[in-house]
Amino acid sequence: MPIRCEIVSQDRMVWEGDADIVIIPGTEGEMGILPRHAPLLSTMKFGILKVRTQGREEVFAISGGIVEVQPDIVTVLADAAENVEEIDVARAEAARQRAEEFLKAGPPPDTDAYLAMEAALRRSNLRLEAARRYRRGVSRPTDYGEGGSTTGRG
Amino acid sequence: MSSAREARLRIRSVKNIAQLTRALQAVSASKVRKAMQAMMNTRPYATKAWQVLTHIAGQPGRNSLHPLLAKRDQVNARLVVLITGDRGLAGAYNTNIVRFAVQQFENSQAPVQFITVGRKGRDQMLRRRKNILAEFSNLPAAPTFADVSAIGRLAVDEFLSGRVDEVYLVYTDFVSMAKQTPTVKKLLPLEFAEGEGRVESFAEHAQGPAAAYIYEPGQIEILDEIVPRFTALQVFQAVLESLASEHAARMVAMKNATDAATELAGALQLEYNKARQQSITNEMLDIAGGAEALRS
Repeated sequence: MPIRCEIVSQDRMVWEGDADIVIIPGTEGEMGILPRHAPLLSTMKFGILKVRTQGREEVFAISGGIVEVQPDIVTVLADAAENVEEIDVARAEAARQRAEEFLKAGPPPDTDAYLAMEAALRRSNLRLEAARRYRRGVSRPTDYGEGGSTTGRG
Repeated sequence: MSSAREARLRIRSVKNIAQLTRALQAVSASKVRKAMQAMMNTRPYATKAWQVLTHIAGQPGRNSLHPLLAKRDQVNARLVVLITGDRGLAGAYNTNIVRFAVQQFENSQAPVQFITVGRKGRDQMLRRRKNILAEFSNLPAAPTFADVSAIGRLAVDEFLSGRVDEVYLVYTDFVSMAKQTPTVKKLLPLEFAEGEGRVESFAEHAQGPAAAYIYEPGQIEILDEIVPRFTALQVFQAVLESLASEHAARMVAMKNATDAATELAGALQLEYNKARQQSITNEMLDIAGGAEALRS
């Protein structure tokens, strides 16, 4: 009996389907959720969420959020989430540079702009890392500034 | 003679009105599409969040879980968050939702306070001499969560401080382009609505009544984080739904106005033609009469 998995981010439905196991980046560590798991409520840290179904694996980059587990369903409420195959590496790289430059200029911390940029930097780093490690058929592009970013599906 | 002139003036003004309402209709049509998109995008998250909240609230011993879940024995004051539009010219949209809100809480024993969102709601509630705690108006055309989170926070604060014992949300649910229904939703304390969402199948699998959640990290940390946030999220979704409803209502109202103006212009044109024909006939008769008089 598979377990149903629904991944929503604040602005859209990211993925839904049946899974054999869902691996969640919980704040207290990674958790593998199998069907008929006891009800569970957990926060998530920035990290990688994996869904395995009959030998196939979907990998998602999750920027924190909450997960609710019921015996037959896993509901992932992510602050932001995307399938690693969908990540726009060039854009994430540009965002990372923008954020780094902003933070390097040494603006006063604790302002909204500072915190937002810091969060943006963490998100971009996560996306880049996720795309680099988990994208199918990409032979670890060393420079993803050009070309290599968008062609990587094998 | 003068009636033909009058008719011509009226035709012109009616046609001007039709032009104006047609333009407003087109504007609303594009706005309703955008508002619908925004609403649809956030709907899955909001629906899931609400489900999680109802699951939490459905657990045994809910009263001690979190202050926002605790039912009060006695209801001494109610708070209603009423969501209306900033602008008129939207048919019965604003009137309907205000009337609905007033009717819903007419028989409340406990005093009712309102938080109004939107200028129209504020004005109408003031006219009805209702108790307004706070008002939020002139929201941006496409509000973000940050724009409306203050509304939710205020409601939560009022509840936690004990000044009110129940909080309701009154908004217009967007069903379709042609149908928008005034809706009331109990926001706090969170209700365990039977049959809502997936609660039943949860109960099936649960091993007896003690099937409470496992919490990571801790129960207090996680509930403190999600309960207030998800509550504010419900307000946000209600605002988006109301906004889409408002634009849809305005579009329909403007379409009706355009149709009515076109019809009226047609009727007036007919009248004008008749009057013109009449005056020509009269002149002809005068000339013929004059000629007749000369001949004899």
